[in-house]
Amino acid sequence: MKPGLPLLWRRTKERYNLIGSKCESCGTHYMPGRAVCPKCRRKGKLVEHKFSGKGRIYSYTVVRVAPEGYEYFVPYVLAIINLDEGAKITGQIVDADPDKIEVGQKVEMVFRKIHEDNPEGLITYGFKFKLAD
Amino acid sequence: MSCVGIAGYGVSIPSYRIKAGEIARVWGEEEGRIVKGLGLSEKSVPGLDEDAATLAVDAARRAVSHAGIDPYDIKSMFIGSESHPYAVKPTATIVAEAIGATPNLFAADYEFACKAGTAGVINTYALIKSGEIDYGMGIGADTSQGRPGDALEYSAGAGAAAFLLGRKDVIANIEGIYSYATDTPDFWRREHAIYPSHGGRFTGPPGYFKHVIGGAKGIMEKMGTKPRDYAYAVFHQPNGKFPRTVAKKLGFTAEQIEPGLITPYIGNTYSAATLIGLAAVLDAAKPGDAILVASFGSGAGSDAFHIEASDLIDERRNAYPVRRIIENKRYIDYGTYAKHRRKLVL
Repeated sequence: MKPGLPLLWRRTKERYNLIGSKCESCGTHYMPGRAVCPKCRRKGKLVEHKFSGKGRIYSYTVVRVAPEGYEYFVPYVLAIINLDEGAKITGQIVDADPDKIEVGQKVEMVFRKIHEDNPEGLITYGFKFKLAD
Repeated sequence: MSCVGIAGYGVSIPSYRIKAGEIARVWGEEEGRIVKGLGLSEKSVPGLDEDAATLAVDAARRAVSHAGIDPYDIKSMFIGSESHPYAVKPTATIVAEAIGATPNLFAADYEFACKAGTAGVINTYALIKSGEIDYGMGIGADTSQGRPGDALEYSAGAGAAAFLLGRKDVIANIEGIYSYATDTPDFWRREHAIYPSHGGRFTGPPGYFKHVIGGAKGIMEKMGTKPRDYAYAVFHQPNGKFPRTVAKKLGFTAEQIEPGLITPYIGNTYSAATLIGLAAVLDAAKPGDAILVASFGSGAGSDAFHIEASDLIDERRNAYPVRRIIENKRYIDYGTYAKHRRKLVL
């Protein structure tokens, strides 16, 4: 379960600021970012794209039996978010009552702690989502 | 042209609250005595995944969007906290990365009990005033803990405030600064200790009152002003009582200090407390209003500021006013609070 430091560090941009990619040829957005556009192949031109962090809940589940490291959070909501630009990503919905979550609700990105290895280990930060005001 | 001011500010306060009455119930205290004695009825509690760094990022992002500048132009980042997530590893780099200000900037963390936030603002001010940089950010952020059952448990809240300083298009000018510090052992936390220790009533007259009065009188003497020259005054607010008492001692009225008194609703946010009070005042200030600010940090010292709202303040109102942020709240019971603060260990 525990990823190495270099992997976490390489993903800082993506996790802190929702930086993925956009194909300038076909306009498709990717999160996480891609090196090659699967639609345009060699005709594609991928550039970095910072997502607005706004989107809607596409689907969700309520986690009641948590994996190691997430025991404090149960029950918590894990959702697939349809970002406004078009890409879909998975993220936790924070500060919300699981009974009040519905597909289609507007959400926005927040910066939270994702994981703590142990009291002496690294703290991983990154995006989660909250229901939009 | 060397005038330094506030280009934007942002505040973040967790949505969870616990009532003083709920804490009092667990420890067999009388709610009325606590509420009256401390002058506060509830406090903010961080979510399970919130800490000083996440609150600082939220506040910093709001400050950048308020200022409307490219975050890459921010060339210094100071974060004051007594609850930095790491003992060794800067919070400032986490925040700088998260707002897109890296890598060409000066970043450092501060610790000076409750005045570490204003210490960061003063250093930002100094860097800009010297002409070294154009924009810099000073943040106060804390998720402080009080020992279970201790008086501090009723007041130790969580929050962050970020101030983005610059020279251009500022909503308020910092006309003067003044600081006051002595070695006073009123409150401390040793390395590896979870909870702070304090001198009880000793935190009052030789700690808070001596230093806040020293800071406030010092800035007024430097600027040649009197309390009546200010539209607002913001003092460090460890509870709802101390700032009201110090205001009276200094000759400020309730009308001058109540708009910036936020601790009664969210508890003492430590390094963020004075700055959140200042943000609340800026939310309401009119062009030309003078604001006196005096923070306090145990150990002990006070940083004081003379600030004047500029003509731009009316057209550049903050999208997240403090009074609206504090209305977004959900109450939790003591058990949930104990889980949130990791007083219960799995």
